[in-house]
Amino acid sequence: MTRAELAELAEKEQVQRDAKKLRLLVCCGTPCLAAGSEAVVAALRQKLAESGSPAELEVVGTGCLGPCSRGPLVTVQRKGTPDMVYERMDPQQAVALLDAYLAAASLPQQNLLPEDLPFFRRQQRVVLQTCGLIDPEDIQQYIGHGGYEALAQVLHEMTPEEVCDGVTASGLRGRGGGGYSTGLKWQLVQKGTGSRKFVVANGDEGDPGAYMDRSLMESDPHRVLEGMAIAGYAVGAEQGYIYVRGEYPLAAQRLKTAIRDAERMGVLGSRVLDSNFSFRVDIRIGAGAFVCGEETALLASIMGRRGQPRIRPPYPAQSGLWGCPTLINNVETFGNIAAIFTMGPAAFASIGSGKSRGTKVFALCGEVCNTGLIEVPMGMPLREIIYDIGGGLPGGAAFKAAQTGGPSGGCIPASKLDTPVDYEHLQELGSIMGSGGLIVMGEKSCMVDVARFFMEFCLDESCGKCVPCRTGTIEIYRLLTRLCNGSAAARDLENLEKLCHLVKDTSLCGLGSAAPNPVLSTLHWFRDEYEAHLTDRRCPAGVCGMDVKPLHLMAEELLQRVVASRVNGEAF
Amino acid sequence: MSAITLTLNEELVTARQGQTILEVAREHSIHIPTLCYLEGLEEMGGCRLCMVEVQGSARPVPACITKAQEGMVVATDSETITEYRRMIVELLLAERNHTCAVCVQNGSCELQTLAARLGVDHVRFDYLHQQLSMDASRERFALDHNRCVLCLRCVRTCDAVEGAHTWDVRGRGVTSRIVADLDRPWGESVSCTDCGKCVQLCPTGALFRKGATVGEMVKEREFLMRLLERRRAIQGRQS
Amino acid sequence: MKRLRLATAWLGGCSGCHMSLLDLGEFLADIAGSIELVYGPLVDAKEFPENVDVALLEGAVANMENLELLQQIRERSRIVVSFGDCAITGNVTSLRNFFSVDDLLTAVYQAGPGTLPRSDEAGQVLPELLPRVLPLHQVVAIDAFIPGCPPEPDRIRTALESLLKGEAVQLSEEQRTFG
Ligand SMILES: Cc1cc2nc3c(=O)[nH]c(=O)nc-3n(C[C@H](O)[C@H](O)[C@H](O)COP(=O)(O)O)c2cc1C
Ligand code: SF4
Ligand code: SF4
Ligand code: SF4
Ligand code: FES
Repeated sequence: MTRAELAELAEKEQVQRDAKKLRLLVCCGTPCLAAGSEAVVAALRQKLAESGSPAELEVVGTGCLGPCSRGPLVTVQRKGTPDMVYERMDPQQAVALLDAYLAAASLPQQNLLPEDLPFFRRQQRVVLQTCGLIDPEDIQQYIGHGGYEALAQVLHEMTPEEVCDGVTASGLRGRGGGGYSTGLKWQLVQKGTGSRKFVVANGDEGDPGAYMDRSLMESDPHRVLEGMAIAGYAVGAEQGYIYVRGEYPLAAQRLKTAIRDAERMGVLGSRVLDSNFSFRVDIRIGAGAFVCGEETALLASIMGRRGQPRIRPPYPAQSGLWGCPTLINNVETFGNIAAIFTMGPAAFASIGSGKSRGTKVFALCGEVCNTGLIEVPMGMPLREIIYDIGGGLPGGAAFKAAQTGGPSGGCIPASKLDTPVDYEHLQELGSIMGSGGLIVMGEKSCMVDVARFFMEFCLDESCGKCVPCRTGTIEIYRLLTRLCNGSAAARDLENLEKLCHLVKDTSLCGLGSAAPNPVLSTLHWFRDEYEAHLTDRRCPAGVCGMDVKPLHLMAEELLQRVVASRVNGEAF
Repeated sequence: MSAITLTLNEELVTARQGQTILEVAREHSIHIPTLCYLEGLEEMGGCRLCMVEVQGSARPVPACITKAQEGMVVATDSETITEYRRMIVELLLAERNHTCAVCVQNGSCELQTLAARLGVDHVRFDYLHQQLSMDASRERFALDHNRCVLCLRCVRTCDAVEGAHTWDVRGRGVTSRIVADLDRPWGESVSCTDCGKCVQLCPTGALFRKGATVGEMVKEREFLMRLLERRRAIQGRQS
Repeated sequence: MKRLRLATAWLGGCSGCHMSLLDLGEFLADIAGSIELVYGPLVDAKEFPENVDVALLEGAVANMENLELLQQIRERSRIVVSFGDCAITGNVTSLRNFFSVDDLLTAVYQAGPGTLPRSDEAGQVLPELLPRVLPLHQVVAIDAFIPGCPPEPDRIRTALESLLKGEAVQLSEEQRTFG
């Protein structure tokens, strides 16, 4: 396919779309599928067929729209009016909706989300711009929304150096957690020498509760592929790998379909879009280890070795897959690339604040009214995310803390609710942006218990190569367990802090060195809770059992028993 | 090879480009404790005992892998680092069952020596009391998981020096175990040549000659460098 | 000169450390004038006395009786020393931590070669076993450690010499190995 043919196809798609009087977009992201959206699609399609399939009506199963707790979601697009979103639709309600439209061209108010819902209004969708609007298994729909236009532009108008410069100018930083400048990384690989080079997309996403990357891969796989292809051109790689977490079979399947379709269309494969650039992408499926998201472990896993990190340097950009320069970026990072070139690096850089540019996708969950997937400009204050977009805590409960960065991150207390959410500010507070998990907690959450939960995760996921992480995490976990069950001794708190610093400072890879963060951060903001557990054997949030006696109390009890038996004249 | 200058414990020293901090320190008689590192084997960087502080680096770095660089300022035994090393040894002692009093390696064990040297006179952390097994199925040697510190010297030597790759690691985290031939009893291993290299290089009483009782297992590690040098000499003659 | 009020105690251990103490031989005679042995298996005292200067404790904390005694010792002594590997690491005594107390009692008192007294009877004559054997420092604060199984007499001697001088115990590298 040539660039002109691509533009023609896009135009045709758009015209066809505009010709429809009514389009029903049924969200088929994993959460909505779980809520039964497949049956909704089937019922609607059947209804359409029964009514003689009017050409001006269309039902589309799309990727994730975002407000996942309200699924199944149905978006109604009518010419000339703003989109309407219906929540919690079952097949009967959906058919009733269609009936109402067919009978009187009117739409019911039941289950309709308010038009100006801040959940949508306050978001800015760059990465997720077509998520929830297109059928992820239909490449033409992606093209119809301007898909692969950025790739064509880059291939035909720019040199690889210019592409790297463009990414640098956009200010984009890695969305996989580290926040390293994406443009600089691309330049490093571009300048690297090797017989071959590789591009790798990291879709391992192992943080508990996070599903940004899954959603993107499932809902808009072509956006990721397009980003990878642009990267391949920029750094001089002809082979890409996308490493998908084993627990994401739907993502893998949709990517597979997408790769096949893209190669058929000539937007991937040999001589992409009639240029001299060739680029193939293969999928690699992980086997369920969090540590395989770490870049050196991930590369080892792609090469068929034990998924274990190694010491850097050399960085993958210098020596990655089979010793060749390798660019590894997060899936969401790649999801930003096409937009940088369609809107222009300067426009992209105008979103966000300070050194954090563009938007960030978050999985908003925990004690908050609107849970789901959101995309906001960097630097939006936490308060707005939680109260405007998230709708606050259920029942107006008081906010206690938000946890970002999952098992590698930390928490932000109520006193810091106005903190702008970007790389620098979160780090200042002892947390991290991480990959985008955002858990909201109210007064019913015990911070010691939360820290313990994450430590349990880390000790399970430690690869075992280095001592501080392998054994330190389990010892930290035991100390936290003693605090939570009431059997802690005074020195336990001191040992806890010492161990945390050891593990942080001496672990080999990021898993270990970040594992103490949830403890250190809760200790910093909620030390009084730790002390209540220790000294008063009391859990202020009422979560912990506190039902195990510390040794000194056991001995005291024994003494009392001895005294009592002597008083009663019994032999002990 | 070009020479570089760096500061080691406040003294200016010269080194060759490409040397690790550990190699430079050893040449200047500065002791840095090590456990997984063994001259002649590929570095693994797992035990973290050799961590040293480098000015300008946010975290300590492993001396066994990190290359010395021009102008580097290295401190090998600050109070923080020494305390970290002590804690690491304590973690190892707590992880598995190191009852020195009844161990074949008592008296010549590298872990025992490290503990004494670093002043570990007690372990602050919980002993994990993992119930681990012993594999005595091989005719001449045995593996006691209770004493294993997962330094992987056995894995590396069997793979790179003996060329048999009998050993590997199963599981992860604290459940990691050394396994022979993809997790078979060592006695059923077909790849093992009974060369004994792994046994000699194992720092603790985890790998030992059968028949040895408490304190009787004395190991000879010097063979490794002798062997590698001879091989190098032969290769030199051939090319 | 005021004599050092020295106590020794035998918790969950095999008495080997006390044997090693006796192996000091002549040195014991040399220091006899400077110490007053106020408690332990070597003297006839029922209660642990008050105002003890130094307590050398052999063995780990294995049962409620050990626990009670240890806490009493800590309260009544200025310097408490973990004496030998069982006191410091749990050592051989703690090998029973691989089993639950119930299984252990059944194995020893019901299924084992000597089946009397039975476990329910054992409950009446044995002090209640703790779920896990613990090193002393996990129960109370410890001031000095003399490792070894048993500690060589020269280690004990070095430690006692320092303690008699009122100094902190400092063993050399060779003297501080476990085992
Ligand atoms: C334990 C651990 C797990 C990680 N998991 C992921 C992951 O699931 N996805 C991801 O993109 N990056 C993950 N990373 C970060 C990667 O190592 C790497 O920095 C990232 O993929 C680089 O991409 P970026 O520059 O686009 O962020 C992880 C790092 C560590 C230490
Ligand atoms: S920090 Fe943890 S996960 Fe990373 S290498 Fe060490 S043991 Fe493995
Ligand atoms: S004896 Fe030799 S061949 Fe066998 S496992 Fe050890 S090193 Fe490998
Ligand atoms: S068996 Fe010995 S050499 Fe092998 S990993 Fe364990 S301690 Fe190291
Ligand atoms: S000796 Fe360097 S990490 Fe083990």
